Amino acid sequence: MRCRTCGAPAAINMRQHKLSLCAEHFQPWIIKQTARVIRKYRMFTREQRILVAVSGGKDSLALWDVLLKLGYRADGLYIDLGIGSMETAATPAPYSLRSREKAETFAKAHSGTVLHVVDVAATYGESVAEISHRKRRTDSPCSICGLIKRHEMNRVALEEDYDVLATGHNLDDEAAVLFGNVLHWQVGYLRRQGPVLVADGEGLARKVKPFCRFYERETAAYTLIAGIDYIYEECPFATGATSLAHKETLLKMEHETPGTKLHFYVNFLRAKEEGLITTNLDIPPELHQCPKCRQPTMSDAHCRFCRLWE
Amino acid sequence: MEVVYRERTWSFDESMTVKQMLKRIDILPESALVVRDGKLVTEDQLLKPGDAVKVVDVISGG
Repeated sequence: MRCRTCGAPAAINMRQHKLSLCAEHFQPWIIKQTARVIRKYRMFTREQRILVAVSGGKDSLALWDVLLKLGYRADGLYIDLGIGSMETAATPAPYSLRSREKAETFAKAHSGTVLHVVDVAATYGESVAEISHRKRRTDSPCSICGLIKRHEMNRVALEEDYDVLATGHNLDDEAAVLFGNVLHWQVGYLRRQGPVLVADGEGLARKVKPFCRFYERETAAYTLIAGIDYIYEECPFATGATSLAHKETLLKMEHETPGTKLHFYVNFLRAKEEGLITTNLDIPPELHQCPKCRQPTMSDAHCRFCRLWE
Repeated sequence: MEVVYRERTWSFDESMTVKQMLKRIDILPESALVVRDGKLVTEDQLLKPGDAVKVVDVISGG
């Protein structure tokens, strides 16, 4: 296969686009496509301050890198969840420590950027593993992890006065979530899923997903070609996660019919735009302010995050 | 050639394409990238005896 632009041996073949590119031309393609998605979904402007949620993984670090290359004012946020793993010669330090190092190394290499770090155990007294154990949900700490991340991302974005919070969700992530929501006909979730979650002006930060049109394989290729050092291993809690099972199912379909994932997600967004995904039960939930953390909650009392620590 | 994927290693004596190699180790091409001598290669590239090949998993928990 040859690069469509220059004819050199290709580094990646994107069957869904019928496009092969060499390393030299793949990077600018990713940057250009990201800029196109930012414009298409009116995610943010040149003047706005962006907070990128970085995990130390390939997607979030690649996103931070691309936004900086596009000239945006983008800082990072790393949430240290205190996740460990079995120590081996190849993986001598706990998972969170190693992923935090990747985020810090990237930030140091990009002068002028700020990396905000929230150490969950130091701030709130317990790590995700500890709180999962206390709550007797050791088999599914992912929901606790997600709750903490959503709360802290929102808190830091608002407290530090960022205009928008950007996450590295790629098309495989989005398609897997969509697949799960369709399987269970979660119409309320389908209504909310999209590249942009608008700020409500009452305590919820604007959230965007500039990589939502890239396959995971493409963001991985970008990090390899750009020489970005990311945490390669999987979160030890992710083993057996439903999202991974959905991704594998979609990958098999993609293998048989290239473009399946792309069409599934893009046509969903189009259907949503056309008003085809609706429900007469879709009444916006009444939000209250949590008396403890001041963030919006559907509860009349403390929000779910604050209740975690009680 | 020696192929490394996660913590496993395979050795092959014969030449084969990247696509054939991925099939031999039971990996879907859509779920991985293949690196030879530090450079990404596409499925049609021929791998030869002596090549050091790394298969990079690209699917994460999300």
